[in-house]
Amino acid sequence: MSKISAKPTQTNPQEVQGHSFWQRLFVRKGVSEGVLLPILAVFTALVIGAFIIAFSDLETLAAWGNFFNNPLMALGTTFVTIWDAYTAMFIGAFGDPGEIFRQLGIWIKTGESKQLLAAIRPVSESLMLSVPYILAGLGVAVGFQCNLFNIGAEGQLYIGGLATAFVGYAVHGLPWYIHAPLAILAGAVAAGIWGFIPGILKARFGAHEVINTIMMNYIAYRLMDYLLNGPMKSGGTPATPQVLPTAILATIFPSPVRIHWGFFIALGMAVVVYWLLWKTPFGMELRMVGTNAKAARYAGIPVQKTMVLALIISAILCGLAGSIHLLGVDHRMMTSFSPGYGFDAIALALLGNSHPLGVVLSSLLFAFLRGGASRMQVVAGTPVEIIRIIQGMVIVFVAAPEIIRGLYHLRSSRREKKSAAPSASKS
Amino acid sequence: MSQAVSMNSNAQGGSRRRFTVGIFLLAEAAALLLLLIGTGGMVSTFVLASKRAGVDIAAPDLVIPTWASILAVAIFVGLAGVWQLIKGFKRYTNAVLITMISLGILLFLIWAARDNSLNLTGMLVSSVISATPIALAALSGIYSERSGVVNIGIEGMILLGAFLSVVVASVTHSLIIGFLTGILAGMLLGALHAVLSIRYRINQIISGTGIIILALGITNYFYRAFLNPNPALNNSGPILASLPIPLLWRIPVIGPILFNQSPVIYIMFLLILFTHFFYNYSKWGLRIRAVGENPKAADTLGINVFRLRYISVLISGGIAGFAGAYMSIGQIGFFQESMSAGKGFLGLAAMIFGNWNPGGAFLGSLIFGFFDSWQNKLSILQVGIPSEFLAMAPYIATMVVLAGFVGRSRMPAADGTPYKKGEA
Repeated sequence: MSKISAKPTQTNPQEVQGHSFWQRLFVRKGVSEGVLLPILAVFTALVIGAFIIAFSDLETLAAWGNFFNNPLMALGTTFVTIWDAYTAMFIGAFGDPGEIFRQLGIWIKTGESKQLLAAIRPVSESLMLSVPYILAGLGVAVGFQCNLFNIGAEGQLYIGGLATAFVGYAVHGLPWYIHAPLAILAGAVAAGIWGFIPGILKARFGAHEVINTIMMNYIAYRLMDYLLNGPMKSGGTPATPQVLPTAILATIFPSPVRIHWGFFIALGMAVVVYWLLWKTPFGMELRMVGTNAKAARYAGIPVQKTMVLALIISAILCGLAGSIHLLGVDHRMMTSFSPGYGFDAIALALLGNSHPLGVVLSSLLFAFLRGGASRMQVVAGTPVEIIRIIQGMVIVFVAAPEIIRGLYHLRSSRREKKSAAPSASKS
Repeated sequence: MSQAVSMNSNAQGGSRRRFTVGIFLLAEAAALLLLLIGTGGMVSTFVLASKRAGVDIAAPDLVIPTWASILAVAIFVGLAGVWQLIKGFKRYTNAVLITMISLGILLFLIWAARDNSLNLTGMLVSSVISATPIALAALSGIYSERSGVVNIGIEGMILLGAFLSVVVASVTHSLIIGFLTGILAGMLLGALHAVLSIRYRINQIISGTGIIILALGITNYFYRAFLNPNPALNNSGPILASLPIPLLWRIPVIGPILFNQSPVIYIMFLLILFTHFFYNYSKWGLRIRAVGENPKAADTLGINVFRLRYISVLISGGIAGFAGAYMSIGQIGFFQESMSAGKGFLGLAAMIFGNWNPGGAFLGSLIFGFFDSWQNKLSILQVGIPSEFLAMAPYIATMVVLAGFVGRSRMPAADGTPYKKGEA
């Protein structure tokens, strides 16, 4: 008993002297653990990723094979490999800062913008990638808030893209302010139906949404294969025709920079989701079902209906990710449409703690990672799949904060210590 | 619809369900009648003979008059529908529904084989072959979930097992070492899942999802970094030869299906038998079940909950890795990106279908396996349905099975809840 009562005084925020370097650094600045843990999780994953990059490089491996003759060489090669890869990643994600400033100067002096646009293209590519990330991440996050795991984001993204592409190329003679919204709406409705099916199966039959949404993914792939090789095919490759210019979401800057207005739609949707979840009665019901379905039922909330609606909203957001990415960037549907945005969205929602702001921030992070990884693949020859390994580790670290706490000797929050203490003394 | 969802009381659900099932059966009968068009006087031939290792196993062909059989089954299904609407099959409704759906699927096969012949034995052989990884995944799920740990990550364990077994088998030129590596790879991810979900008590579905993404990333990354530039690393040589069991393999139809298969399939059968007896009759099996149903009570009785859960999840990972090794070095001899293609999830669905029992799970896997070879045969026979739609069949079957059975199957009571000593 004395043990338990002694603990709270130890975790007193004033008494930070005995804490680790990391915690002192951040607690003083007032950064709460909720921010610190995800940052450390990403950092740790990047460090482990660096080792994987180094030790999958044949040259580095050869140098380590010669470690006892020339240890400096081994360390040096390792460092150079990691440095090359991550520098390529940085430049791929943000562009070369020096070049950007130089071109900015030229532009101010002469008004020549072509070189400047080329210099800022990497950062704009990353921002462009963040659009489907934000939307799909929001979708998965809405599901999480209702304690539903929508692993079907990828399929919903494809379905949204297919419907949008169809309206985009097949409907003629509309002005842009009707055509583009109509195309987006079509994608949202189609994806909503795709989400309704696992939703109703969950509500009516108790079938687990994880398996059903994954099955819906496979069905969506097959459907896409069929449509792109059959009814919607144009030309020799499995792809739809280009959408009409009236349906396209315009780019913000001239040609090589591809960031489009959909970026602001995505940010707007984050605000809408925040408002829906925290400022409306429905949002409260949704979160209540997610926190404790039994209590929600006793409170008179239609639990099953809320679950179905949550999965529909989740699917609509994921469908929008496909729709808006299609209208803003690719302008047509093809089999290589998504490099796995829907799966990354799961990691995003987890990393962002299922909060819209968190999702936006983690989406930006992942978009920069992916933008950088494409360049890393070209320049340093590191396969872009390294991103997925990093994501997997981030999920693990964010879900199990004890690992991160243990690694950096952070103290766990007071409440958890209290409940953990009796069990520790018993065993 | 939303009102219907919220008002899901039992009595209402019952009568509405009777009605829905009745209408469904009538619709199925009507659809079957449509198949009658243009089949007058045709016969469907099912070849039962087979040729294995140069030896013909003789069996008479099964010749079925197409028109008459379609008519008979359609009338039968229709009558069942009428009976269901009038009286209802009560507690046999599910059994009737499954029988009628299966009849419809068989009939579709008869129709597709009209004026044509189809090798039924070959189809059943390939059903068992494609059911094997699913059944192993289902067993993997059973071992984990019986102890109270949900294992969504089987898919990832299969992938890593498939990948590492190929690499090791290519280097060592030994399939045995390859299989052992596959098992170890699965156990490695199983250990990760166990630590995360038992020690750190994180949400087991999140942990499983993390494992899938991690395995997908690791296999794809190293596939591109190492295997693509060095094809020699991705070639485990000849696949596992089938092992005919003396005498038995010459039995017509049954011989090729059960007694002339890959050793992995025999191991799977043994594993199913073993698992059945283990969980029903052995001390340790019953203890693990107790841990999965009520860990607190088990703990009170002096059973080490944590140790049994760790062991169970490790075994689960090992079986999943074995399934992966079978898919790569046992079946095709090389690794492909994301080659598991949802087998882990199909296995989980089969496990739910089988009510967390190995025998039932195997039956569920056989259904998926049958659908798999069913759609293969149909796309060869050119029935006029795009092959992409036929390829959806196993996935749709999974969803139907889950919707139909999850209400009636009972998962281990403590499945998915982390155990913490000293907590209610």
